[in-house]
This record gives sequence, structure tokens and C-alpha cells, in this order.
Amino acid sequence: MAAFELRDLVKAYGKTRVIHGIDLIIPDGEFVVFVGPSGCGKSTTLRMIAGLEEVTGGEIRIGDRVVNEVDPKERNLAMVFQNYAIYPHMTVRQNIAFGLYTSRLSKREKLEKVEAAGALLGLTPLLDRRPSALSGGQRQRVAIGRAMVRDPVGFLFDEPLSNLDAQLRAQMRIEIKDLHRRLRTTIAYVTHDQVEAMTMADRIVVMKDGHILQAAPPMDVYDNPVDVFTARFIGTPSMNIVPAKQTNGVVTLADGDPSVLAGVRPHDLLVGSEIAQPGLTLTGTVTAVEPLGPETLVHFEIAGQSIIATAPPHGGVTIGSNVTAKAPRGQVHLFDAVTEKALGRA
Amino acid sequence: MAVTDTAIPTPLPFARIKPGRIVLWTILFIGGMLMITPILFMFSTSLKTAGQIYDLRLIPQNPTLANYVEVLTEGQFLRWFLNSAFVAICVTASNVFFDSLVGYTLAKFRFRGRMFVFIAILSTLMIPTEMLVIPWYLMSANFGWLDSYWGIMFPGMMTAFGTFLMKQFFETVPDDFIEAARMDGLNEFTIWWKIAMPLVTPALSALAIFTFLGNWTAFFWPLISTTSKELYTLPVGLTSFAVEQAIQWEMIMTGAAIATITTLLVFLALQRYIVRGVMLAGLRG
Repeated sequence: MAAFELRDLVKAYGKTRVIHGIDLIIPDGEFVVFVGPSGCGKSTTLRMIAGLEEVTGGEIRIGDRVVNEVDPKERNLAMVFQNYAIYPHMTVRQNIAFGLYTSRLSKREKLEKVEAAGALLGLTPLLDRRPSALSGGQRQRVAIGRAMVRDPVGFLFDEPLSNLDAQLRAQMRIEIKDLHRRLRTTIAYVTHDQVEAMTMADRIVVMKDGHILQAAPPMDVYDNPVDVFTARFIGTPSMNIVPAKQTNGVVTLADGDPSVLAGVRPHDLLVGSEIAQPGLTLTGTVTAVEPLGPETLVHFEIAGQSIIATAPPHGGVTIGSNVTAKAPRGQVHLFDAVTEKALGRA
Repeated sequence: MAVTDTAIPTPLPFARIKPGRIVLWTILFIGGMLMITPILFMFSTSLKTAGQIYDLRLIPQNPTLANYVEVLTEGQFLRWFLNSAFVAICVTASNVFFDSLVGYTLAKFRFRGRMFVFIAILSTLMIPTEMLVIPWYLMSANFGWLDSYWGIMFPGMMTAFGTFLMKQFFETVPDDFIEAARMDGLNEFTIWWKIAMPLVTPALSALAIFTFLGNWTAFFWPLISTTSKELYTLPVGLTSFAVEQAIQWEMIMTGAAIATITTLLVFLALQRYIVRGVMLAGLRG
């Protein structure tokens, strides 16, 4: 096992820079999730750590070794790909054993390792099947088995659950997290799904346009986003952002040029609540109602801007009616209107 | 609920056939007959005696296998047959190896001049064989390859078509497979051999079959490059029945029938791959 360290890491394709000098330390045994929209550079960063992409500038360290010029096979990392990348012409057993192709272990030791990995991942009855006879989740487990059988110093996951349906994805999230708990190996995991990031990570790295915006534990990112992008990207439904002004500590909607942007999460913006001194009060016409069971999401419009708030499950809110939603004090995030950087809470 | 036995009038089988289909089938039937008739006459003639060859009945009056016995036991037919097999197998193996190796390199590696190399290889497809025969001949003569197995084989050891075909197929192999193998510690040659090659088996089979059949029936270059009868391939050897023994049609047809049977056996054994290979080449090429 080993720590990963990225120092002023740069990647450029010709004259186009896609990673702009990022710095990050992933301590030994940590589960770090890179999250961001498509094209933000998260996969490129992972591939540079893996050695599948050349580093344009900066430094990558695995343990205490600089690996910029080291071949992928010499880095002793294992990678799990989005498309599983398990070989269709080999059985599950052969696929898992392929991770040990260059290993100097005896045949018997290899066999034992394959059996052990198969048992750990619940693949024992499937070892003699070919990938075509497996479900998506089973295929992904084979890919993980092939990765873990090598006892690598770290795992790299490149959107491994993207091809699975929602139910299977939820199950695999728990399995991967459980695997990390048992193996305690350093994991760098790439996803564009913020739910995956929130539920699995010890620490989330939010990326945008080749920059790291924030690297912090999931609840820190959720509670204290550093800017509007992070605030909106993490959390479902997204945080409501409205142009606002702050006068004597009170936040109200801005009529003209806003001095700040006020952000409030839908779960903190409550319809029909009796908050005496709200941090923000919004009134608008209901455009949609989404009953989710334990709560109801209410979409309403203020000056052409769509807002989402939460109502009790049987609140009787109807489309076309006027509603007032209030957020408690301390739950309103303030951002600079120009830089969109966080200013604190109101 | 009771089951009623109401008779539903079943339309006659022919009533549902559209007239257009009948025209199509007729054209296909005529085309099929035009193609198969010479083959049938070849087999028919191979079963006739020299005196019967101008008797155009398809089923000979007194069929005999004497021609087969004579062709296979006398003269050098068996040698020519083995020569053809040797040349076709060697050239096929060479094509499968080199075409796929170059195709893989062009498909999966990014290097300066890659497109130039690919276009240069592809452009050779535009040069007709007739134009290449003289350079090949001069080259063979200068290197001392004339009248040798190598002389027959060298022009076809690697082909632009095969390289193009394999490149197209290797491009369909997801990069993740290659990169996963790299992460597993394999070197590039082993990745090609152990991972990429098994994933393009249909294309390899199609290439092998096309190359084998092309070389099995090759006539022009083997005729030019060989002078010793011991080195003749089957198609070249068959012509000697015409030149030296005053056109023995029944012998030529017998030799051709044996050659065709070999081709048919190869086709029957591998037709699944041929059809798939042709389809895939059409779709992805």
C-alpha cells in the first residue's frame, strides 16, 4: 500500500491544456473520489496516475517514488475500467488469473489466490463461465477480482459503475466500499455521479475545467461548498441559487444588480413551515409537484427562475397555487456575485 | 369455453407469393445454373474417357474413375498438389501474422507518420498485379529467387488488403482491453498475441480463407516464376496436360475437379467464418 501525491500536475494535448497544475495528496489507505462533469479532467488525472497518459508537467509520486517515467506495469497499481475490460475469450478463472500473468508465484499459489479472490467476491460458482454468461454486476466483480489478485499498492477505478442499472449500482457501491474497508488499500475512484462520490468517498475531489475546486470529506463539501459550481454539483436536487442582497444580516431577493448570490438546498427550504426568523423567504407560483413518499418536492417560479423546495408528504400543494418557502437561519449559503466564491452563511 | 372447429380457409402457399419474388427467383435460378453448369461439366468430363469428352451428356454413359487413378498415380500431379498446399499454407500463415501485426500497430498506436504509412500501404491496392509482375520478376532474378518456393511466395507474404482488413477490425477492439493488459504487466507483443488476436478471430479466419483460396488458385505469377516442373503449383501443372499431351481435356478436368474439391472442403469447413468475415468486412471496412 502507498500514498499518491500529485504535485503541480499538468497535462496538455498539443497546445491545449486540460489539467492546469493540480496538487493533491492521497494518504495511504484513503478512498478518494474524483468527481466532476464530463471533460473536467478527472479521468485524465487517473490515467496519468496509472501511467496510461504521459505527464506534461509536474510530478506524480507513488509512495516515495516519482513515477512520471515509470511504465504502468512497474507502478504496481490495478485499474478497473468503465467497460470492465474482462477478456471475452477467457473464463472468469482465467480472467482473474490473468492479473498474475507476470507474477513469479507458483501455479499452485496463483490458483489459491484466484480461488480466494473468487470467494471474496462471491464468484466461486461462476469461475468456469465466460463473461458473456455473466450479468453486468458479475462482470464488474470479475474486473475487481483481476485487479485485487495482484495485491497492488493502490486501486484506480474509472467510472466502474456507469454501465450498471440503478439497483445494481447501489449494490456495487456497498460492495466496493466494503472491499476497501477490508483491504484498506489506497483507492482513487473517478465518477460523474455525485451520489457515488458522497456515499463511497473518504474524501471528494471536485474538479472542473482541469482544476481542483475542493478536496474534502463528503459532508464538508456538502455543508461548506467553496463555490457556486461545487454547491450545485454536490447534492440532489441541486442547491437553489438566487441573486440576492444582504442588508443588516438579512438576505432578500435582489431587485437590480445582486451584491451576493444566495444558495439554499431544497431540503432546507421548507414549504409551510413556521420558522419565526427565517434566513431566506421565497414566494412563487407552483409549476410542478413531485411526491417522493417521505417528502414532496415543490417546484415554483420567482421572476422566471425555478426554485425547488420541500413540503411535507401530504401538504396539499397544487400546481398553480402560490407558496411561501422558508429556510432557517444558518442554512443560507452566500457566494460572491462576481467570483461565485463562498462568503459564508446567513 | 368450448373450442369451435370453424374451418378457416388456408390460402394456397403460392397465393401469397408476390410476382416480383417469382421474377427474382427466376433470375437467381438462371444465374445459379450459369455458374454451376461448368462445374458440373468439369466433374462429368472427369468421369469420361478420352473418346467421350465431346459427348455433351451431363451423366456419362460409362462413368469411370480411371482418370483419377491416372492423375493421382502417374506424372507429378501429387507433387503439384503438395506444392500448392505448401505455398498456400505458408503465404496464409505469413499474411495472418504480418498483416495483423501491422494492422494492430496502425490501429492501436499513435505515432508520427502513422497515416502516411497507412495511405502508402493502401495506395498499393490501386496498382494492378500485371504492372507488378515485371518488377517482381527482376527482383527475383537479381536475388536468385527464380524457380524456388520463396520466389513463388514472396510477393504475397504480406498484402495491403490484409493489412487494411486487420486494421479496421483492430480498431473495433476497445482500448480498455489493451490498457488493462498493460496494467497487468504484459509487454506489447504479448498484448497483441494474447489479447488482441483472439478478439479478432472472425477477421483472421476471413483473411486466412481468402489468402488460402487466392494462393491455391494462383496461376499467373507461379507460371512466370517457375520453370522446373517439380516446383509447379497445381493450376500451372494442369496446363501441362494441354501443352505436352495434346490437350487431354479429361485429365485437365480431373485435376481441376480435385483442386475444386479441396477448395470446396475448405469452404465447407469454414463457411461460417467466410460469411461472417465478408459481412463484417462489408460493414466495418
